[in-house]
Amino acid sequence: MNNKELEAKAREARILVIRALNQAGSGHPGGSLSIADIMTFLYFEEMNIDPGDPEMAGRDKCILSKGHAAPAQYAALAIRGYYPEEDLLSLRKLGSDFQGHPNMDYVPGIEMSTGSLGQGFSAAGGMALANRLDSDPGRIYVFLGDGELQEGMVWEAAMSASHYKLDNLVAIVDHNGLQIDGKNEDVMTVAPIEDKFAAFGWHVITIDGHDFDQIRKAFAEAREVEGKPVVIVAETTKGKGVSFMENQAGWHGKAPDDEQTRQALEELKGGEQA
Amino acid sequence: MTEKIATRQAYGEVLAELGKEYDNLVVMDADLSGSTKTAEFGKVFPERFFNMGIAEQNLYGQAAGLALSGKIVCASTFAMFATGRAFEIIRNAIGYTQANVKICATHAGITVGEDGATHQTFEDMALMRTIPGMTVISPSDAPSAKKLIRQAVAMDGPCYIRLGRAAVPVFYGEDDDIQLGKGNLIRDGKDLTIIATGIMVSAAAEAAERLSEQGIQARVIDIHTIKPIDEEIILKAAAETGRIVTAEEHSVIGGLGDATAHVLATGCPVPMAMVGQQDTFGESGKPDQLLKKYGMTADDIVAAAVGLMK
Repeated sequence: MNNKELEAKAREARILVIRALNQAGSGHPGGSLSIADIMTFLYFEEMNIDPGDPEMAGRDKCILSKGHAAPAQYAALAIRGYYPEEDLLSLRKLGSDFQGHPNMDYVPGIEMSTGSLGQGFSAAGGMALANRLDSDPGRIYVFLGDGELQEGMVWEAAMSASHYKLDNLVAIVDHNGLQIDGKNEDVMTVAPIEDKFAAFGWHVITIDGHDFDQIRKAFAEAREVEGKPVVIVAETTKGKGVSFMENQAGWHGKAPDDEQTRQALEELKGGEQA
Repeated sequence: MTEKIATRQAYGEVLAELGKEYDNLVVMDADLSGSTKTAEFGKVFPERFFNMGIAEQNLYGQAAGLALSGKIVCASTFAMFATGRAFEIIRNAIGYTQANVKICATHAGITVGEDGATHQTFEDMALMRTIPGMTVISPSDAPSAKKLIRQAVAMDGPCYIRLGRAAVPVFYGEDDDIQLGKGNLIRDGKDLTIIATGIMVSAAAEAAERLSEQGIQARVIDIHTIKPIDEEIILKAAAETGRIVTAEEHSVIGGLGDATAHVLATGCPVPMAMVGQQDTFGESGKPDQLLKKYGMTADDIVAAAVGLMK
């Protein structure tokens, strides 16, 4: 898929995220929109998966350790053909398969139930270990938030992935700089992220997380790395694609109302003509 | 003199056997493999043994990932750190996903001994019982520990298996029938029932012997599966003997005592007494000294039983 096509898919995903959150009346738009481009790349270019056979042997797996960005993964799975897009409009409603945070038993394509920060990253390490033990070619991709890096467990998992030389594991840090209470550096400094992972023995790649050339290049480079896990530190914009949500911590965990949704969809759909 | 073997020793031995029977069995530890006895497995199957270092949260997070990829995982550390420090990881990454992880935790209770209060947990069964779908197992001796660990590995789903540091009397014979989820009638009696778990089962048997010398005929039941608990055997005992004493090397809050009270309160309320750690922390000392000081001996069971008979 060329960059234009990927951009169109990412736009579709953002539109679906906004519609679903509006219907839900709660949820996390900021961190869903910031990972929409990389999520799109994973599901349409990078990963060896089959929507018709979600449990295909040898498949790649994507774990959302920052589980609150579930709408982004739900949207990518829907657009990739795992289930109808309209299903996602039941998000967060009683009895819905689309829980506020991802549940692996309800939604095909979700590989791990996450939501409590740090745990998805650790479980992803276990999956990478299992694949190596089984000589399974499947690669494990895991998204972390930058605020999530404040969890001690993240560094326990970073240490063990490097100790066990898990070169089938790729972490993506969504570095949008914001968390619930404000900027990372005001709440609890996480910088320098690259140096920390490098010191833990990881191969580090930094990219603009909204630039498909850079995204493509980073995942290609990750495949070449041997004997080390890879982290892609993606510089992103929280709320990317919706002007009034961009770089606003207040849009971490708040759903758009009908008027805001109309405006957001207008902006996103306006991009279709661009 | 009765032979004494620690249940952790039985764990190490049965793991090495199970490693041959299950090629998808993986064993993990957090820098305590010599103490938890998982090192025995590590020697025979180094490629299936993962030491995660002193990092219990990651131990159980990684265990979840391995289990969700088709492995049977036995992940061990001390009971304090497994159930305390890693509780929320066990709850969310293992409980909520029903991952096939066996949390085989050693050094439970006061018989940890000299290490003292920070390493003596009385809360572990209480914590594990609250997780939906978690099977909670508390073996009383080495032979039953082996049988129960085998059954836990054979079933699909998360289990908590409580093991001890200290050598404890061998109680069961090799041929005794031990079934997960079923209480074992150790001795029959009509005046009251002592329901015990873990190392308190042998103390309960000793207490029953002493009670019979005083003319009190005590029934003794080993509840080695705390969850799901054998309601039938408990309700039958309550109906037939009219009084229940529980005995556990665990807090009386949230453990066997509470689990039994729950069954009785909703099914057959009878007078009860609870022998166990009485809502206090432990301290350094020899296991026998500590059991005596904190009220978890055959004498304490006898006193509780006599009190109930008044």
